Amino acid sequence: MLLDSTLDSVEVAEKAVLQAAEDIGFGEDELHQLGMAVRESMVNAVVHGNRYNARKKVHVSIAQAPDRLTIIIADEGDGFELTDIPDPLADENLLRQSGRGLLLMRAFVDEFQVRRGEPTGTEVRMVKYLAKAS
Amino acid sequence: MSVKLTTRQVGDVTVIDATGRITLGEGASTFRDMIRDLATKGNKKLLVNLGDVSYIDSSGIGEMVSGFTTVTNHGGQLKLLSLSKRVKDLLQITKLYTVFEVFDDEASAVRSFA
Repeated sequence: MLLDSTLDSVEVAEKAVLQAAEDIGFGEDELHQLGMAVRESMVNAVVHGNRYNARKKVHVSIAQAPDRLTIIIADEGDGFELTDIPDPLADENLLRQSGRGLLLMRAFVDEFQVRRGEPTGTEVRMVKYLAKAS
Repeated sequence: MSVKLTTRQVGDVTVIDATGRITLGEGASTFRDMIRDLATKGNKKLLVNLGDVSYIDSSGIGEMVSGFTTVTNHGGQLKLLSLSKRVKDLLQITKLYTVFEVFDDEASAVRSFA
């Protein structure tokens, strides 16, 4: 899927992932977790990555397997270094208004990777396993 | 559905009943505006009832934290009531259970402000 850099795209991606996840048998709680992980990743791509730039797109790939769902969300922004993101669990950061998106994504999927996109941007890869779903 | 907020007084405690979703965009900004408005008007005891909130994302959490800070800076207190399991999980994951006072029962929450 190639989506515009708008908040409407967040809903589109979330809906598509939830449909794919439901098709392979994820339960209600896991659907909620997946939806939240996708939502956070999409918001990052649209808001922080592409910065709502109408010329930039968000690339969303959803791959179903019998035991897992793999989601890749890539933006066309400037990219970022994970080490530049303050730890939202550090005492001095607990009252910060933002910066919890990556934490929530990690918490809600089984595999989580962030890498620089080619030629630019950020690519987030998330995998959730059916068998590991609680 | 975005969030719908209504307020009521229980003694000197202002209870904010929230319904819907507190997410990036209208939901989070509605929540922010309400808390700031109440804090600047001198309401010092705010209890946010999240019992009918179906979904909160990181932006919604951010607005709750921001609201907590705003109210605290105005010399007041902001506490949370009736969290769903999913919202409780979010507070655990983000360690915000160490920041917010959380209650399951409204009467106990109201008494805690005394």
